Formats: sequence, C-alpha cells, structure tokens
Amino acid sequence: MNDLLRDLAPVSSAAWAEIEKEARRTLKLDLAGRKLVDFNGPLGLETSAVNKGRIEPASAPPREGVEASLRQVQPLVELRVPFALSRRELECVGRGGGDADLAPVVTAAREMAMAEDGAIFHGYEAAGIEGIGPAADPATLTLTDDFARYPIVVAEALSKLRQDSVAGPYGIALGPRCYTGLTETTTSGGYRVFDHVKRLLDGPVVWAPGVDGAVIVSMRGGDFELTVGQDLSIGYLDHTAETVRLYLQESFTFRVLTPEAAVPLSYKAR
Amino acid sequence: MADTSGGLHEAQGALSPEIVDRHRAIESIREEFEAVDWYDQRAAASNDEELRAILAHNRDEEKEHAIMVLEWLRRRDPVVDEMLRTYLFVEGDITAAEEAETGGQSTTGEADGSLGIGSLKGMTDDE
Repeated sequence: MNDLLRDLAPVSSAAWAEIEKEARRTLKLDLAGRKLVDFNGPLGLETSAVNKGRIEPASAPPREGVEASLRQVQPLVELRVPFALSRRELECVGRGGGDADLAPVVTAAREMAMAEDGAIFHGYEAAGIEGIGPAADPATLTLTDDFARYPIVVAEALSKLRQDSVAGPYGIALGPRCYTGLTETTTSGGYRVFDHVKRLLDGPVVWAPGVDGAVIVSMRGGDFELTVGQDLSIGYLDHTAETVRLYLQESFTFRVLTPEAAVPLSYKAR
Repeated sequence: MADTSGGLHEAQGALSPEIVDRHRAIESIREEFEAVDWYDQRAAASNDEELRAILAHNRDEEKEHAIMVLEWLRRRDPVVDEMLRTYLFVEGDITAAEEAETGGQSTTGEADGSLGIGSLKGMTDDE
C-alpha cells in the first residue's frame, strides 16, 4: 500500500473502477494544457523540484576567498481536492445499478483541471509558476465579442509567430466564452466560424474551461514544459457509516521556456 | 514520405502531424526490435568469442533505442500509457492483469493509484 491508503477505504473494486472512470473521463475532457504542451513525467511522488540550470549568489560566503552560489530550482506544487461519496451510492455500483451518484468525483476532477490549466495558462504566483499568458503578455492581441472577426485575429497571431521564427504545428485553447461564441456564430456563407478557425491551424482546437479568452501556442516542442511528479491520483482520507472521503491529488510545476512561442488572445483592451 | 519511414496506410495529407510522428516512432520501435532479434541469432550462431561479445553488446544497445522511443510514444498515447501501467512490472500471471482490468478492479490502483492521465498532447476534444 502506498501513501494514497486506498486499501483502507471501504470501497469495492467495482466502485473504485467507476470512480476512476468518472474522474478520467472528466479530466481528459477538461484538461486543456496537457493537450498542447510538453509533458515531463510522471517522475513520482518523491520528485520535489525542477532544475532551472541557474545560480544566485549565496547571502554570505563560507569563508574569505571562497565564492558561494545557490542552484536555482522550481519546486513542484501539490494540489489536492477532497470530496465525499455516499456509501449507499457506492454500494449501488456493486449491485449493478448504472446510475450511482458520483457527481462529487466529477466536481473534484473539474476543480483540479481548472487549477492545473489556470497555472499553465494564467500562472500561479504562490507556486512560482509564471504561466503562458503572463510570460507572453507583450504579444497579446485583443478580442471582442464580434466572433466573425476571430479568424482575422487568429491569422494575425499566426503571422506573429511565424515572424518570430516559431514554427508549427499551432494549437489553440479556447475559453468558454470564445468556444461558445465561435460554435454559435456562422459566416455569411453559412459556415461556422469555429470551422474557419480550425482550418487556419494545423494543430488541435481545445476547449479550455480554465482559460479566460484564448491562447495560440506552437506545438513544435521544447517551448512549454509541464513537469509532473505524482500524476493525478485518487487517495483515501476517512469514512463514517454514511460517507467515504477521498481526494484527487497531483504534484506538478510548469515552465515557459520560449515566451514568444505563444500569443494570448484577451478580452481585456490593451 | 521517404521509404525509410514508409508504411502509411492513408494519404499523408489526411493525417495530422502527431499521427505521422507516432507512425515514425512505431516504425522505429519495430526496426529496433527486429535488429535485436538479428543480433541475438548472430551472437548465438557465431563461434568467434570476440565477435559474439560485440554482437551481444550491439544487440543490447538496440534494446535501449527501442525503449527510449517506446517511452516517447507512451508520453503521447494515453492508451499505451494505460496499458503499460497495467501490464508492465506485474508479478504472476500476465493474463490475470487483464482479468483484473475487465473484472472491474482498479486499472492502476494496484500499482500506484494513478489515473494514468499522462500526456494528452495532440489529443482533440472529439477523441
């Protein structure tokens, strides 16, 4: 048994499988950053930091004539989302009921996906993560709710990337406002603007509930790195006669290695 | 595409760059393991001890090459990742791991409890 203590949970194998299935399904749909950036790992729970390859002078040398520098690292942040499930509902899985209420699993998975994507796209200062948007801020293009103009903005962003010698393929993460607007708007020829945008890119168009606006990124590799220690896992906290408390957990950090390999699209006027 | 990376079954224009790259990786893995097989046989058949040692050394280097590409593929194919987590480094009957999987037991919980999400790079929302 590892640190997740799953063997101590009063949860049958069949119920575990359902819990994992629900979590996986939600995470694979909602996680947008992992569909666009490089993935390093999983390196294991014991991994605590990423080497930045840089040094800073130590506050004081050990003795005269000896120089001291500290190696710079970026620590992994551990995220945990606790959730509670009804034991009655878990028993329903064992009896073959196909409608057990596992909504708390879905909610926890959504929260975790929003947190990971928020760190990747908008940064998470408390964890030392800059995020793509802040790192690429000078390149930001402004969006409006005139969704018919989106292909022009996307074409401008692609032109910007090419001018900076950033090769494709290019993918785009669309926040909910962009995604809905693009799928609901049609051009004068009757085509969805969404399809028009899709044709401009040679990479994936990704629904990104954790993104405000949109972000176009190069997917050539080597520009954005998500380092995962413990990948998304479900562990056990405690239980009563009525409920079982579990948690979804991961450890990760994110680095923008080439800020010019992304163009954020923002609703905020610059 | 050049013959050395041939074997596409659909027009290259109809395939995403990610699929073509995965094809390159799969072809490389196949070639490396084929080379392992060749070296294995030649090393076993040779009567020259020095040559046999060199061939065995080269054979084992091909294994390293194959596994490096396999790891690249694992990071980009969530199902490969999930299968490797299910079947690699298990003890006992390998087919029992499949029974555990289809019998409703945790796919990865037995090993480390991970959901096996890993890299989703290149995945679109309709996959």
